[in-house]
Amino acid sequence: MKSKLNLDPKVIDSARQHAASIANSMQEFIDRHTTVSTERTILRLLGIDGIDDVETPLPNVVVDQIKEAGGLPRGVSYWIGNAMVQTGLQPQEIAEKMSKGELDITKLETTSAEKAEAAIMPAIQKSLEVINAQKKAREDYLERLGESRQPYCYVIVATGNIYEDVIQAEAAGRQGADIIAVIRTTAQSLLDYVPYGPTTEGFGGTYATQENFKIMRKALDDIGEEVGRYIRLCNYSSGLCMAEIAAMGAIERLDVMLNDALYGILFRDINMQRTLVDQYFSRIIIGYCDILFNSGEDNYLTTDDAYESAHTVLASQLINEQFAVVANIEEWQMGLGHAFEMDPSMENGFLYELSQAIMAREIFPNASLKYMPPTKYMTGNIFKGHVQDALFNLIAVWSGQSLQLLGMLTEAIHTPHMQDRYLSIENAKYIFNNARDIGSEVTFKDNGIIQKRAQFVLNEADKLLADIEEEGLFSTIEKGKFAGIKRPYEGGKGLEGVCLKDEQYFNPFITLMLGGAK
Amino acid sequence: MAKCETANTSVDLTKVKPYGDTMNDGQMEMTFTLPVPYGDEADEAARQLVKKMGCEEPSVVYSHDMGGGYTFFVVYGKCQHTIDYSTIHVAKVESEVMERDECGKFIEENIGRDVIIIGATTGFDAHTVGIDAIINMKGFHGHFGLERFKNVISINMGSQVPNEELIAKAKELHADAILVSQTVTQKDIHIQNLTEMVELMEAEGLRDKMLLLCGGPRISHELAQELGYDAGFGSDTYAEHVCSYIITEMVKRGRI
Repeated sequence: MKSKLNLDPKVIDSARQHAASIANSMQEFIDRHTTVSTERTILRLLGIDGIDDVETPLPNVVVDQIKEAGGLPRGVSYWIGNAMVQTGLQPQEIAEKMSKGELDITKLETTSAEKAEAAIMPAIQKSLEVINAQKKAREDYLERLGESRQPYCYVIVATGNIYEDVIQAEAAGRQGADIIAVIRTTAQSLLDYVPYGPTTEGFGGTYATQENFKIMRKALDDIGEEVGRYIRLCNYSSGLCMAEIAAMGAIERLDVMLNDALYGILFRDINMQRTLVDQYFSRIIIGYCDILFNSGEDNYLTTDDAYESAHTVLASQLINEQFAVVANIEEWQMGLGHAFEMDPSMENGFLYELSQAIMAREIFPNASLKYMPPTKYMTGNIFKGHVQDALFNLIAVWSGQSLQLLGMLTEAIHTPHMQDRYLSIENAKYIFNNARDIGSEVTFKDNGIIQKRAQFVLNEADKLLADIEEEGLFSTIEKGKFAGIKRPYEGGKGLEGVCLKDEQYFNPFITLMLGGAK
Repeated sequence: MAKCETANTSVDLTKVKPYGDTMNDGQMEMTFTLPVPYGDEADEAARQLVKKMGCEEPSVVYSHDMGGGYTFFVVYGKCQHTIDYSTIHVAKVESEVMERDECGKFIEENIGRDVIIIGATTGFDAHTVGIDAIINMKGFHGHFGLERFKNVISINMGSQVPNEELIAKAKELHADAILVSQTVTQKDIHIQNLTEMVELMEAEGLRDKMLLLCGGPRISHELAQELGYDAGFGSDTYAEHVCSYIITEMVKRGRI
């Protein structure tokens, strides 16, 4: 297809090459390391669940004990496999005994890595069967119930109580929502464990727990049946437990997960080594179980200026794309993010936003682009806010966005009320329908404002990526080139949970999920 | 035809009520949701509710079935209540606002050293928009942040900063003023968090040594004072408001 923006394919290729080389250069570091949460993820995939008598999740109990005994470099797959050989117990039973102080798996006799792997393999196959069954269930639902046309209407629920969230989500489903994101409590990204059970508390959302996932999944399946449309569930595979939550999402059939290679580093001050290792495993899981990931580039624009820093968004999208390629994620699963965040008082701001949104579509033609609504310049004037959201919706249908996180007229006032969601879905559906084919009808003036804007942003992104390739990603982040935020290599949260693997380390999930298993 | 050659523009400030297009018509528009199924009974319920709220001639101009037994309404009514505007008193930050350059000059002439201001979004709150707008060089809406102010040294510690850490940093740098930003207000978490900050400052014996300011879209000066802060800044305030207050207060309190 001819570029409407007259983008130079050579520049796109060059930018993408730089990004690929950045992602690949990180891989060597990633492959040498593991983390406490990556190891806990293996345990969760093996079905280890529950808490001890002081409410520590069993995956933490097991990993902490192994770590204290100095066994982490060998990995939990070995230790659990070895314990299965020595005791004949199943992973859950081993974890329970460890939590009661009845078993120290690092003190058992040790067998070879090969034998340990052979012992654990049936449990791993069983886990993959659970995930495969969920993939099949999703396919069946989509086949039987169908889904809306894109852009999907994507709304959030954030009451802080999972049962209230269900009521809000059901209403949103009936009003036409295609994706429901359950917002997490603001503190969860910094917890180095995943809370257990249903939760009815939190600020700005409630905890991502496996039980909460299950409760909401059931509710959305029921509403899907009622309205005759599959409704997707979204949560956050991010923070210190990003990979563990991806595993929970795989088991409970989440469809969309927030997952960004750099977000935690920049915006939550999580150590960069920790995040890059964790994001790799989380993305392999996401890729394997047909989850669509959403990257968080929109956040750059809430701290940085949307006009001046547009190229950092594109650069990050390309990096996120290439990290996803390494993790065997298909293009349709890449919900690369961007946002409508220019100052509404800017002359021709709409033209620039349109240009950048079409640019994203042209550069990532098969990705499921996620477009985020205005937030930074929402003022409490709900009437103007509704108009801002309308312009945002117009650009979405015009540029062919895939996932439209609907703007709320009450943004900047409170988390959405039921009627806010209804009004924003109505706004979006009206515009999507009324301007459906505007994108294929309208072309742009050669060398006009719109074409020149996209060309400029692409060139700047290419230059930035060339710089990062030269400098190295770690050092780029240390210097604050993304979102103007500087993060030190040894700084931030969670570094103590990163360790070098020893030569007998193995993680069969990575091999199987990346390999022919797909 | 009624005789009406001029519009009535005179307001009785002791009895103020909403204005639609005619003085004292009391016109109000309201939107809300009731947990009742869509239908005539729902409309009647909305009408009666608005009447109970003190609006005459309530009129449901739009209602919509939101499903699951919830109905959305747009209702108009004529408010019968009045307010005595002439007796209203609102607590405000009482300092003259100086422009950025004037602030720099004021510091040079009256304080004679750099003013140190440190800020953070505290607790679990992850929103940096507010603190960034005040401190970061770029500022907000064309109003530069404190980093661009002459004779001001400002540090933005970012978001999710524990109160203890903010205080420790303020102590270390001998800050003149601390800025606390709060955006998340669900279940009044900001009140808890802001209160804890004041208590910690008092426990550390710092409360009388540094100016303590808070800001956020739901923060008012009155609330801030109630919680034990020197000042509070809501929306539509920029770095120059904050800086003017700090430097004026420093001079007033002899902290130079």
